[in-house]
Amino acid sequence: MIRVQREDFDIGAELEALTAGNHRIGGIATFVGTVRDIADGRPISTMTLEHYPGMTEKQLGAIEQEALQRWDLESCLIIHRYGRLEPGERIVMVATTSAHRAAALESCAFLIDWLKTKAPFWKLEETDGGAQWVDARATDEDAAARWSDPSKS
Amino acid sequence: MLYFAWLRQRVGVAEETVDLPDDVTTVGTMLAWLRGRSDAHATALADLSVVRVAVNQDYARDGDPVANHDEVALFPPVTGG
Repeated sequence: MIRVQREDFDIGAELEALTAGNHRIGGIATFVGTVRDIADGRPISTMTLEHYPGMTEKQLGAIEQEALQRWDLESCLIIHRYGRLEPGERIVMVATTSAHRAAALESCAFLIDWLKTKAPFWKLEETDGGAQWVDARATDEDAAARWSDPSKS
Repeated sequence: MLYFAWLRQRVGVAEETVDLPDDVTTVGTMLAWLRGRSDAHATALADLSVVRVAVNQDYARDGDPVANHDEVALFPPVTGG
């Protein structure tokens, strides 16, 4: 399931809903991304996430389908927020469930690595030195690229 | 055409409708043609290594086709998650 929303989410309630009534599930992997209060040594007052409505849902849906094909999962959830966020606020949640831990852990890492390089979101950080768009990181590209190698999956 | 993040700020609009000339049929030729629309476009598109293109909400490369009525978006490398 994919959700792109402005409002916050409740991690516990989301995990309850993702697993409710499904006793084939033996493991749940979760990643939650939050807003840091510092970037390149400078304090951040707020961060604004811009996105491309329509394409975001399309790309996240495609990434989810790929995870469901590559791993034996019971359920999958991606929530990504947009709009103005303050340090400490949740940005993104990825959760995967499976009978055994490996599929859940690997697919959760795959999903967050891929959405960082493919999902059309852009971060604008506000510091006392002004607002600045966050640059993409080569390390994120490298993290996503490891999933392209069939020997690693 | 849709523009996002600093590309939107540099071009000066979030969205514009353009009429592609007959000889503009690919993403690559479209980018070159867009640069000539205004100084703002030329500045925004000066370094194409930091410009990503989507056609009808899928990532596209220089050689991919583009035509009038397509939804084309230009944006910087993404930084979500």
